[in-house]
Amino acid sequence: METVNTERSYLDMELLRFTTAGSVDDGKSTLIGRLLYDSKAIFQDQLEAIERASIKKGEEHINLALLTDGLRAEREQGITIDVAYRYFHTPKRKFIIADTPGHIQYTRNMVTGASTANAAIILVDARNGVIEQTIRHAYIASLLRIPHVIVCVNKMDLVEFKQEVFDAIQARFLEFSTHLDLHDVRFIPISALLGDNVVERSKNMEWYQGPTLMYLLENLYISNDYNQLDARFPVQYVIRPQSNEFHDYRGYAGRMASGSFRVGDRVKVLPSGFTTNIKGIDFWTDHLDSITAPQSGTILLEDDLDVSRGCMIIPADNGIKQGQDIELMICWLNEKNMIVGSKYALKHTTNDLRCMIKEVKYKVNINTLEKDYEDKTIRLNDIACITIRTTKPLFYDSYRQNRITGSLILVDEGTNITVGAGMIL
Amino acid sequence: MSSKVPISHLRELESESIFVIREVVAQFENPVMLFSGGKDSIVMYHLARKAFYPAKVPFPLMHIDTGHNFQETLDFRDWLVKETGAQLIVRYVQDSIDKGRVVEETGYNASRNKLQTVTLLDAIEELKVDCAMGGGRRDEEKARAKERFFSHRDEFGQWDPKNQRPELWNLFNGKKNLGEHFRVFPISNWTEMDVWQYILLENIALPSLYFSHEREVFERDGVLYAKTSFLKMKETEVAEKRIVRFRTIGDATCTGAIESRATSVEDIIREVAATRITERGGRADDKRSEAAMEDRKIEGYF
Ligand SMILES: Nc1nc2c(ncn2[C@@H]2O[C@H](COP(=O)(O)OP(=O)(O)O)[C@@H](O)[C@H]2O)c(=O)[nH]1
Ligand SMILES: [Mg+2]
Repeated sequence: METVNTERSYLDMELLRFTTAGSVDDGKSTLIGRLLYDSKAIFQDQLEAIERASIKKGEEHINLALLTDGLRAEREQGITIDVAYRYFHTPKRKFIIADTPGHIQYTRNMVTGASTANAAIILVDARNGVIEQTIRHAYIASLLRIPHVIVCVNKMDLVEFKQEVFDAIQARFLEFSTHLDLHDVRFIPISALLGDNVVERSKNMEWYQGPTLMYLLENLYISNDYNQLDARFPVQYVIRPQSNEFHDYRGYAGRMASGSFRVGDRVKVLPSGFTTNIKGIDFWTDHLDSITAPQSGTILLEDDLDVSRGCMIIPADNGIKQGQDIELMICWLNEKNMIVGSKYALKHTTNDLRCMIKEVKYKVNINTLEKDYEDKTIRLNDIACITIRTTKPLFYDSYRQNRITGSLILVDEGTNITVGAGMIL
Repeated sequence: MSSKVPISHLRELESESIFVIREVVAQFENPVMLFSGGKDSIVMYHLARKAFYPAKVPFPLMHIDTGHNFQETLDFRDWLVKETGAQLIVRYVQDSIDKGRVVEETGYNASRNKLQTVTLLDAIEELKVDCAMGGGRRDEEKARAKERFFSHRDEFGQWDPKNQRPELWNLFNGKKNLGEHFRVFPISNWTEMDVWQYILLENIALPSLYFSHEREVFERDGVLYAKTSFLKMKETEVAEKRIVRFRTIGDATCTGAIESRATSVEDIIREVAATRITERGGRADDKRSEAAMEDRKIEGYF
C-alpha cells in the first residue's frame, strides 16, 4: 500500500506541469500509463474498467491508452483527439500532464499543451532515431519556450539496450537543436513497456549513469521558470466594496505575471504612465509585505489614479515595450486560413482589443526548420512570422522575456473561435 | 517571502482558480456559481470569497434542487448562505416535473440526476445567465479530463467535445453570440486530494455527511445506499445500521456511502491516500455506461 503523506509534506509540495510529445506509436500512452501506475494514481475501478474494455476489443494486454482516451469517438477510432489532462503526485511534487495527441491537429494540440508547461518530454523510438516529427516537437518546445526538455529514447529493449544507439540519437538531436533556443535538454534511455529508467533504474543499461525520468521530474529546478526580474501586474478587476466598513477601499485585483512587488515600491501605471507607491498588498484578510508570480492578490496604491481592467502596474524605473505595430510568431489553430488584411479580435494579458494582419514575413517549415518566403498561405497548424497593427497601443515584453506579457491570442470575430496563438518577437 | 522559494502547489492552484473566477466576473454580465452543497462547490465558493474580499461575492449561488437531497446538505447550504451573506437562487426539479418539462424515471434505480439538466438549462434561460461556474474537476472522470476552463455551450446548452476552443496560456476566451452561454470550471486542475488538503489548510466547514456517523443503509450492486424515502428498496434488500460516511455528496438515490471511522479532515486525508477506488466509483449515475458522463455533458449537464 502507498505510504501516506503526512499533511505537512503534502502542503509543501511544488507543482510541475509537463507535456508529452512523440509520433504515433512511440509509446506516449504507455509511458504516461506507467508513470500513473507506478505512482499509484490509477485506481482499481479505473483499471478494471479499462481491463473490461480491452478484453471487449480483443486486445492482448491492458491498453493503458484507454485511460486517457476519454471521448467516445476516441475510443471507437482508437486515437486521441483532444488534449487530456492527467494528474499524479509523489511525496515531492504534484504533476499535471497535458497529454497531446498526434494526428491531424498535432501542432495545435502540442502548442496548447506547451503554453503552460514547465517541461516537455519528447519521445524518440530507438529504432527510428531522430525523425521529422522529433524536429517538429523540439521546434515547438523552443518556440513556446518550455524551460526544460527531456528527450526519452524509448523502446531500448528493441535495440538490445545498446549504448551506441542512444549515443547516436543524442548526438543527432544536439546537432540540429543548435539552431533552436533550448536551454536545458536531458537525454534518458528508457523502455516504457518494461519500466527501465522510468521509475526504477535499469539493470539492462549499466552504462547509463544519469537519473531516471521520475527522479528528473521530481528534481528539475523550476524556481527560475518564471521571469523574476521584471515585475508585471496586469489589472484584472477593480475591487470596490461600497460598504461602510471599507468605504474608501479601492483595490486592484490580479495575478502577478512575473517578478515581485513589495509594499512601498515606486510603480508606474500603464497606459497613463503616472507613478505612485504601493500602499498595501492584500490577499483575503491578510496584509502581505510582497507578492510574487504566480500569486494572485490585490494591490492598493497611494494615489487616486484612474486604474481599470487592462491596465498594467510595473516598476517606475523598469521599461516595457509599447506600440501598435507588432511582429510576432503565430501558430494558426483553425481550418479557415488566416487572411492578410483581415481584422481579428485580440486578447493580451487582461486587455481586449482588435488588430489587422498586415504582412506574412515568412512561414516556418517545421520539419526542416527552413524559412519559406514563397508560400505565404497560412493554414491550420502553420507557424509563421507576421506583423499586425493593433487598434490601440499594446504594452508588452517579448515572449522570450516573458511568457505572459509576450503572448496573445487572435479570435475570429464572426465565429468567436480562438484561431491564432501569438508569441511576440 | 524570498522570491526564490516557489509557492506550494496548493497556493498555486488557489491562485489559478481565483484568476479564473475573476476573469468570469470581468468577461460576463450575468454569471452564477452552481452550488450543490458538496465539497467541490464549497471550496469553489470559498475561493470566490477570497477573490473579491473585502467586497461581497458579485454573483449569486444557484442550487438545482432535485428534491432528493440529504437534509444535512440543505441545512448546511442554508447555514453557509446566512453566515457569509451569499445570494442564493434555487430551482426545483419538482417544478420541471409538475410543468411536464421532464418525466420522472420509475423503477428501483429511478433517479432525478439526469432530469436536473433540463431544470438547469431552463433556469439559465429564464434568468439570462451567460456563465455558470461549476465545481467539476478533470481528474473525476475521463470525459471531464478533456474539458476546458472556459467551456462554450451553444444556444441549446450543448457541449461539442470534438470542437472545443483551444485554450492557451492564461488567456481565456469567453466571447459568444446571443443565447449561448459558458460553463467555467475554476477548479479544473484540482484532484480529490488537493481539495481535501485545501479544506484542511483553510479550515473550511463541511456538511456532517462527510464525516463518520451511524446510518441505516442497504447494499445494492456492491454499493451502500442510505435508506431514505426517495429510494425504493426491493423486498430482498435489508437495511441495517452501519458506521459510514459519504465521499461525494449527490442525490440520496445515487450516492454510495463507505464504511469509515474518519471523524476529522486529517482522518479523511489518510483514508483518501489509501483508497484504491475513485470517488465516482460509488456513483450509480456514472456506472450506467462507459460514456455516461460524456452523454450527460453533451446535453448540458454540470
Ligand atoms: N518493446 C517495446 N514496446 C513498447 C515500448 N513502449 C511502447 N511500446 C509499444 O508500442 C506500441 C505503441 O505504444 P503507445 O503507448 O500506444 O504509443 P503512442 O501512440 O505514442 O501513445 C504499443 O504496442 C506498446 O506496447 C517499449 O519501451 N518497448
Ligand atoms: Mg496514445
